[in-house]
Amino acid sequence: MSDKKSEAGAFIQVKNVWQQYGDQVVLERLNLSIAEGEFCTLVGASGCGKSTFLRLLLGQEAPSRGEILLDGQPLADEPDASRGVVFQRYSVFPHLSVLDNVTLGLELPRAPLLGRLLGRGKRDAREQAAQMLHKVGLGHALDKYPAQLSGGMQQRLAIAQALIMKPRVLLLDEPFGALDPGIRKDMHALLLELWRETRLTVFMVTHDLSEGFTLGSRILVFDKPRIDPHAPGAYGARVTYDIPLNDGRRAPAAAGPFRTAYQGA
Amino acid sequence: MRLINRSPSRSGWLALAVLPFVLLLALYLTHSAQRLELNPNDKLLPSFGQMSAAVERLAFTPDKRSGDYLFWQDTASSLKRLGTGLAIAAVAGLCLGVAAGTLPLFAAPLSPLLTVLSMVPPLAILPILFIVFGLGELSKVMLIVIGITPILARDLEQRAREIPRELLIKAQTLGANTWTLILRLVLPQLMPRLLISLRLVLGSAWLFLIAAEAIASTDGLGYRIFLVRRYMAMDVILPYVAWITLLAWAMDYLLRCLTRLLFPWYEGAKA
Repeated sequence: MSDKKSEAGAFIQVKNVWQQYGDQVVLERLNLSIAEGEFCTLVGASGCGKSTFLRLLLGQEAPSRGEILLDGQPLADEPDASRGVVFQRYSVFPHLSVLDNVTLGLELPRAPLLGRLLGRGKRDAREQAAQMLHKVGLGHALDKYPAQLSGGMQQRLAIAQALIMKPRVLLLDEPFGALDPGIRKDMHALLLELWRETRLTVFMVTHDLSEGFTLGSRILVFDKPRIDPHAPGAYGARVTYDIPLNDGRRAPAAAGPFRTAYQGA
Repeated sequence: MRLINRSPSRSGWLALAVLPFVLLLALYLTHSAQRLELNPNDKLLPSFGQMSAAVERLAFTPDKRSGDYLFWQDTASSLKRLGTGLAIAAVAGLCLGVAAGTLPLFAAPLSPLLTVLSMVPPLAILPILFIVFGLGELSKVMLIVIGITPILARDLEQRAREIPRELLIKAQTLGANTWTLILRLVLPQLMPRLLISLRLVLGSAWLFLIAAEAIASTDGLGYRIFLVRRYMAMDVILPYVAWITLLAWAMDYLLRCLTRLLFPWYEGAKA
C-alpha cells in the first residue's frame, strides 16, 4: 500500500510504531513518511496520542515498538538541538531576559564548560539573537523578563528561541491554545512566514480543527478505530485520516488529493 | 460588616502593629517599677536605667581583666560562627539539593538519606561533635552546619523538582549538556529560593549557636548570657536577648532585600 519510492526519499519515517504504558496502548501500528519541509498538523480528540506522538518525535520518550528514522538514521532517544520545541506553557526561562533567552541557544552548544560565552563571542551571539527577536516582533522588549510579557509575546519568544538553533524539525505542542483568537491569528501569520522562510519540517498538535486546516500542508487525524468497551486501554489510536492541504502553498508533489490511511494494516 | 471583610486603614494598621509592643513594654515597666519600689536591689526585672548601665559597662568600657570590649567581642565571635556555619550549610545544601532534585541517579541514594538525617535532633549529637571535633570553634560551626544542611538540601531538592519538565527539555533542545543545564537553568532558578530557605532556617541556626556557646565556649553572645545567669544578672541578659533578636531580624531583612535586588525576575515568575 505504501509507496516505496516516496518512502526512500522521506525525511522522517515512522515504522510500525507502538506506544504503550503498562496495559494502556496509546498508539498502535503507526506508519508515516514525511517529506522535508512539510507542515503537519496533528488533530484528534483528547487522549488520542497526538502529544504522545510529539514526545516520541522529540525523543522525550522512546517507542515501545517500532522505530522512527530521521534522514535514514534512528532518532536520538533524548532531546537535542536537531529538534526545536514550543510548548503551550513553560517554554521560556523566567530568570533570563528576552534577549538572554534567545542568546542562550547560541551559547550552550559553543560553551560546554561554562554554559556562557564571553567577550566578543557573547556580543556576536547577542546581536544575532536580537535580529531574530526583531523578526518575531519582540525588538522592543529585549530587556524585559518573560513574566512582563503577554501570553502571545511569550510564545513569540519561545518560537524565536527554538528557531535560533536552526533545527531541522520544529515541534509545537498546542502553542497557541491559551491565546486570544485575535492574537492567535497574528501568530498563525508569523508562523507561516517563518516556515516559508526556513523550509522547516513542522509538527503541530492542536485542538482547533480550523487551525489545523488553515496552517498545515498536511493534516494527520488521530483516532481510535477500534474500541473495546470492556477494556478501553486495549487498543490504541492511529492516524485515521492523512489529508494533504493547501496545495498552492507548498504541498509535497507526490501527495494525492485525499486518502484514508490505515497504513500497514 | 463581617469581620473577615473589615480591614484597618493605613494609619490604623500602623497603630495596631505597634500596640502589642507598647502593651508588653508597659506591662514590663509597671511590674519592674513595683518590684524595685519594694526592693531596690531586686534583680529579676531591672529598670531601663540598670540595663543601660550594664550595656555601658560591657559595650563601652574595656574589660578590667582583658582590656576588651566584651559586648562587641561576643557579637563578633558569635556572628563569625553563625556566618561560617550558614555559608558552609548553604553551599552544601545547594549542592546536595541540586544533585538530588535534578539527577535521578543521585536522587536514589541521596533522598532517603537526607530524609533520615534531617530527623536526627542536632542537639542530641552535640556531645559527639565535642568528642570528635574538640571544644574549639569547629564543633560549634559543625553543629550549625549539621543542623541546617539537611533542611536546606531537602527544600532545594523539592524546588528543583518543581522546575517544569518543559524547561529542562527546552534547554536540551537548545544544546545544553547536563552540566550546563544545571549551571544556566537549575542553579539560577534555585538561588532566590536558597535565600528564602536561609531566612527560614535562621532561627534554628541561632538556636544551635547559642546552645553550643552555652555549653563550651569562652566568648560569644550565648556564652555571656549563660555565664551571667549565675548572678541572676537580668540587666545583662535582657539587653543581650534584645540584641540577638535585632541581629536576627536585620539578617532576615538583608536576605529579603538581597533576594529582590539580585533576582528581580523572581516575584513575577511565581505568579
